[in-house]
Amino acid sequence: MVISHALGARIKRREDPRLITGRAIYVDDLNFAGMVHVAIVRSPHAHATIRSIDTTAARRAPGVVAVWTGEDVKARCGPLPVGPRIKEMKAPKRFPLVIDGVVRHVGDPVAAVVATTMDAARDASDLVEVDYEPLPSVQDPEAALEPGAPILHQDLGTNVCFRMTYGGGNVEEAFAGADVVVKTRIVQQRLIPAAMETRGVVAQYKGGELTVWTSTQIPHVVKTTLAETVRLPEHEIHVIAPEVGGGFGSKLDVYGEEGLVAALALALGRPVKWIESRRENFIATIHGRGQIDYVELAAHHDGTVAGLRVRAIADLGAYSQLLTPGVPTNTGLMCCGCYRIPNAHAEVIGVFTNRTPTDAYRGAGRPEATFLIERAMDLLAAELKMDPVEVRRKNFIPPAAFPYKTPTGAVYDSGNYERALDKALERADYRALRDEQAKLRKQGRYLGIGIATYVEITGLGAVAGLSGGNWESATVRVEPTGKVTVLTGTSPHGQGEETTFAQIVSDRLGVPVEDVVVLHGDTRAVPHGVGTFGSRTTPVGGSAVYVAAEKVKDKAVQIAAHLLEAAPADISTDGARFTVRGSPERSVEFKDVARMAYKAYKLPAGMEPGLDVTHFFVPKERVFPFGTHLCVVEVDPDTGEVTFRRYIAVDDCGNILNPLLVAGQIHGGIVQGLAQAIYEGVTYDDEGQLLTGTFAEYVVPQATDVPAFELDHTVTPSPHNPLGAKGVGEAGTIGATPAVVNAILDALAPFGVKDLQMPITPRRVWEALEGNSASR
Amino acid sequence: MLIKARINDEWREADVWPGASLLFFLRETLGLVGSKNACEQGECGSCSVWLDGELVCSCLVLAAQAHGHEVRTVEALATDDRLHPVQEAFIQTGAVQCGFCTPGLIVAVADLLEHDPRPSETIIREALAGNLCRCTGYAKIIDAVKIAAGRMQK
Ligand code: FES
Ligand code: FES
Repeated sequence: MVISHALGARIKRREDPRLITGRAIYVDDLNFAGMVHVAIVRSPHAHATIRSIDTTAARRAPGVVAVWTGEDVKARCGPLPVGPRIKEMKAPKRFPLVIDGVVRHVGDPVAAVVATTMDAARDASDLVEVDYEPLPSVQDPEAALEPGAPILHQDLGTNVCFRMTYGGGNVEEAFAGADVVVKTRIVQQRLIPAAMETRGVVAQYKGGELTVWTSTQIPHVVKTTLAETVRLPEHEIHVIAPEVGGGFGSKLDVYGEEGLVAALALALGRPVKWIESRRENFIATIHGRGQIDYVELAAHHDGTVAGLRVRAIADLGAYSQLLTPGVPTNTGLMCCGCYRIPNAHAEVIGVFTNRTPTDAYRGAGRPEATFLIERAMDLLAAELKMDPVEVRRKNFIPPAAFPYKTPTGAVYDSGNYERALDKALERADYRALRDEQAKLRKQGRYLGIGIATYVEITGLGAVAGLSGGNWESATVRVEPTGKVTVLTGTSPHGQGEETTFAQIVSDRLGVPVEDVVVLHGDTRAVPHGVGTFGSRTTPVGGSAVYVAAEKVKDKAVQIAAHLLEAAPADISTDGARFTVRGSPERSVEFKDVARMAYKAYKLPAGMEPGLDVTHFFVPKERVFPFGTHLCVVEVDPDTGEVTFRRYIAVDDCGNILNPLLVAGQIHGGIVQGLAQAIYEGVTYDDEGQLLTGTFAEYVVPQATDVPAFELDHTVTPSPHNPLGAKGVGEAGTIGATPAVVNAILDALAPFGVKDLQMPITPRRVWEALEGNSASR
Repeated sequence: MLIKARINDEWREADVWPGASLLFFLRETLGLVGSKNACEQGECGSCSVWLDGELVCSCLVLAAQAHGHEVRTVEALATDDRLHPVQEAFIQTGAVQCGFCTPGLIVAVADLLEHDPRPSETIIREALAGNLCRCTGYAKIIDAVKIAAGRMQK
């Protein structure tokens, strides 16, 4: 595809003027006359029965308008969606407040207090007296599988939500015939997505319409599912995602509070607002990762991989949210990475525990898959005393093999893994780095070089838990004056599609980018949509815009031809005007064509008036971005401190629509990935109390914690969409974690340290070295 | 209690309860919603404003402490539709994604450059360590600071 003046250009973001001046409106910035505020009473126990709830004192407190418990919810609300419905999955129903008298994690919502001010609501919520009878709880997903473990959902009779297997070939034979087998157990610690804007909901019922403003990535899905939860016809519900301050998957959900606030607005007849506190955000918004992976890799002496065996135990937390089971199953699907592994088997088990539910967090199952295979490749290299680069090269799926089907069932669209690797090595001057490493080791300094080659899957969405499938919608409407309005069903919240989608239209129609406005996140404005997640917005949503714009252009050409009394095939256009080829004097301006499309008295026979096309784009197949990340660290063996020396990322996301925005996605992604490697990790005590409940204990990286990045790309367009784009929102996160961990373990190789639990804090490094000090 | 403060060059007064934070006073009482509330614990910098020319987390300062004093917020930086050089630089480098941390960062960067017109990268990173951004990885923010510093010299 030709990258034009508009597509592929480094165009400044059109969203920015409102954001940098403080004029953008997020949910918490909304205020309406008569608005009341909600505070939620949450369980302080990981597992308990509710003996009784006494709301008398709270009801009498100043400013209190209503107090709801599970009884009120039972009377007024249907269930929240639980999905995706994978084979033989056992999932409990969930509701906006606990209705069955059992709380199952710290933070489970028990009651809601509504008052005229936020402070009054919070104060009164302390007066709700809940009498709990604590039950034994289970924190560890492996312990939850043991016979006799406390069962979270008695009606299910088990803590196992689902078991899935992936694989093909003959794994037993492959292992039996292999020269070496490396094994490891990986703990993917839980992470807190921690979008800077917490969640929040405002709802108002007025004139027969329920309007819900919510900080979400999927407004249309929220609308459809709310119809059931608040029992209102869907066409009376209007959902708006205003400015949304980051999501990373944590707002790819339909949460109890969305149903609760909507139901309260209906019942009270006043605008109702709930804003999540940071503390709530850490216990009541989903966590990410939470997986224990047993990995075995079998290979021959020359480094050729013969087989892979994975057992992944996923800590789902207390409930299945919107997409919870879809996360670890991604790990099963993608665990073969960039390699031709003829025999592979992955078992994925989803287990309930007495913790905050987990769900999609940036990468959603692919970081876990990439981490396990990239660690295994490094262990194999060490075992065979081969260079980690050579082991990878030996096993890469070659470019000629695409489309390539993995034994786990993924069909990779296109790729050239070696090209990305070579580019990263060249940029790093890999040989020189290895020499430097050897030299420094002699001086007692420990340099580590970590490589991760990844392939991931994007364009997801066809899952039963969502009201939408794997499509995305776009409307391109040329107004009678020639200006263009684009409606997209995606719901950007920082990714910048108001800019990139305008670029696509500008490229197709030839109009200036400034003449295009992109609207999103409003279910009354945008007919239907799925949302922004899974790096799908550009490849799926952008392709919808592309096709809609093409159709608009076709129609405009036909109208122009008719006006100029020429054949459509003879019309050429530069965007501003349509001209009959060979007769430059016979031309008509784009805006006049637009005007005539609506005036409609001189249209080709049978043509409908208007210049407005809606297209639902369904990708033929999934697409698979890939790349190589190379990280160089120095580890101080005396303090355990890790210092970044370089970070090189070569990513292939297919065609790039706007390099400025792509770089931003990769930077942010890398930081979340490296944070998992060395900074972030949720910890609970044995009672299920969160020990990392604020930014002071849960270390989200600061500007001083991260390196400068060196970015580069290879471009392998996807054959599955007209943009040739693959998506880039999660690539950085997926590549970064294993690159950093491999670098640290490479630095520590002389000490015989083979594995370290993430986050690899100075203390963990130091302790590992103490244990291995003999080898120094 | 009645709070009277000079906010962005204008004397404003309003009644708030004695425990109210300056952030609450600005956002909820005066409707200046540019300063953001992301933690209410002094840990993220999203609520950064100037109190008598000094950079503070407005969530940690009581509204009462601003009584009789001068407060400047992000809303004061662009004048007559002319952006502040720091704002221009943020657009130029692509330093904004979801924008929630941005007002606080813009204030913090403007404050840094008032005190140190030519900060080194290390100083920039240290000065901004109190401002969390979950989206950008900071790289482009740091580029923006350098560009703004260069422009403000001229
Ligand atoms: S809201 Fe004030 S520092 Fe976070
Ligand atoms: S731009 Fe989203 S938190 Fe900084």
